[in-house]
Amino acid sequence: MPYSSPQQDNLAQRRVAFWFVAPALALIVLFFFLPVLVGLLLSVTDFDIYALADAQQSRYVGLENYRRLLEAPLFWTALKNTLYFVAVGGPLSLAVSLIAALLVNHPLACCKPLFRSALFLPVVTTLVAMAVVWRYLYHPRYGFLNYALSWFGVSPIDWLGDPDWAMPAIMLLAIWKNFGFNMIIFVAGLQNIPSRLYEAAALDGAGEWQQFRHITLPLLAPTFLFVTVVTLIGYFQLFGEPYVMTQGGPSNATLSVVLLMFQEGFKWWNMGFAAAVAVVLFVLILAGTWLQLRLRRT
Amino acid sequence: MWRWMQTLLVNGALLLGAALTLFPLLWMLSVSLMPAMDSTQIPPPLLPDSPTLEHYKVLFERLKLGRYVLNSVGVALAVTALSLLLNSMAGYAFAKLRFPGREWIFQALVASMVLPAQIAMLPLFLMLKQFGLVNSYGGLIVPGMASIFGIFLIRQYALSIPNSLLDAARVDGAGEFRIYWSVVLPLLKPILVTLAIFTFLGCWNDFMWPLILLADQDLYTLPVALANLMGEHAQDTEMMMAGSVLTIAPVLLMFLLLQKYYIDGLMLGGVKE
Repeated sequence: MPYSSPQQDNLAQRRVAFWFVAPALALIVLFFFLPVLVGLLLSVTDFDIYALADAQQSRYVGLENYRRLLEAPLFWTALKNTLYFVAVGGPLSLAVSLIAALLVNHPLACCKPLFRSALFLPVVTTLVAMAVVWRYLYHPRYGFLNYALSWFGVSPIDWLGDPDWAMPAIMLLAIWKNFGFNMIIFVAGLQNIPSRLYEAAALDGAGEWQQFRHITLPLLAPTFLFVTVVTLIGYFQLFGEPYVMTQGGPSNATLSVVLLMFQEGFKWWNMGFAAAVAVVLFVLILAGTWLQLRLRRT
Repeated sequence: MWRWMQTLLVNGALLLGAALTLFPLLWMLSVSLMPAMDSTQIPPPLLPDSPTLEHYKVLFERLKLGRYVLNSVGVALAVTALSLLLNSMAGYAFAKLRFPGREWIFQALVASMVLPAQIAMLPLFLMLKQFGLVNSYGGLIVPGMASIFGIFLIRQYALSIPNSLLDAARVDGAGEFRIYWSVVLPLLKPILVTLAIFTFLGCWNDFMWPLILLADQDLYTLPVALANLMGEHAQDTEMMMAGSVLTIAPVLLMFLLLQKYYIDGLMLGGVKE
């Protein structure tokens, strides 16, 4: 063995490397890449509950599913709701994360690890359990939220029963549950900014706001991009909150794209149609990510 | 004087934020200990007058929650152990072993992290149905045995292992698997703990996939069982709170004990481009 040539070593290592990589790659190809491709194929068939028993029952229908999708009012409702959730909930969530990170990372803040953990706790909780809890917080009669608002003279709101309030209520839960994740990443980004930059700026007489505007924000830009993309991808996949709290109601005000896919696919077994919904979701996420990268470059 | 005010402002805001963040969790715990119907009062009581564990008892004795706890623990442990092994092998190979296609395969894996899992779900369900894995623990465990994120995380960390160390072991006559097992794995320990927490939490908290896959109540994981209970017992607020406490208590405990690893891993994943 000690006398083997470099070429033989390389060959041996290649062979070994194959066995290191193969199990994980095979699983990922079989259970992720292949299904993604099959999903594209599925979306151009009329695969339904009869095909579930016998796949021969399904036929190629071209873009028929997509045509039906564009004509289905329910799809437009789901799309509108999801975009509303992403466009309003996403930036709000980012703002809360950034403010929390600035506070937790502030030189004057005490007990930093304690506050950091406390603010992070909701991230590790189980969504379904917290949706159950928040449903109760939102109860029109006995919920704590309306009780707390009554101190300020706000009359009771039927949070989950009023089509205008249901989506904001779901956003509030989502922001509460998720902001800690981005907060931690912002903190990491903030800590990577060299402190001598602030010292130099302070010497030049820059105030707190000017330091934030001219040092913190520009140097945080890469972190901001990462966090925005991750949040965008996550928020497009809204499902658990409306499934548990509202089942998509009232009057479809919280029906999301993924919830529509779930209902069409696994409740009504219109799998061809549901696959088309999934493809649209993917295109949306891709377009959103691309737009982010594009905007940031200019 | 100005500094004193600022300190007060920053810490006051943090205190308020922490209170708002923790309130739903603390209230859930408090209500879970109230006797039935106590929570439907105005104003809502903050603390139970006479704390009771009756809802927890009902959950375990009458509603068989113990079964769902075991299901969740078993599935999450199996996925964590198996994926730790497979992801660490692959991640190490992508960082340190030479093979043709290494770079482009890795790039392709990273790029495909933007693919949402939902697009794979319908065909995956049909495939697993062919394999007879629908409505089984296997259907929950097998697709989770390898993850792109896991490979990525291990690879980033393994890059810092010095090549000289591996070469020294090779000169001493150790085989590649021996090197992986006795040299590399011990060095990867911190990131393995991190990945273990991520995987366990992700698996424990997962809702959509078990909801799709499982039809048999006896196989339900906790989140699916809880959502199902919600359908039947929505009015038993105190009991639903007790069920929620039981669902999140294990992961909360795990996070509090191992948070250093979790947060370090999050920072590693977030800062590295």
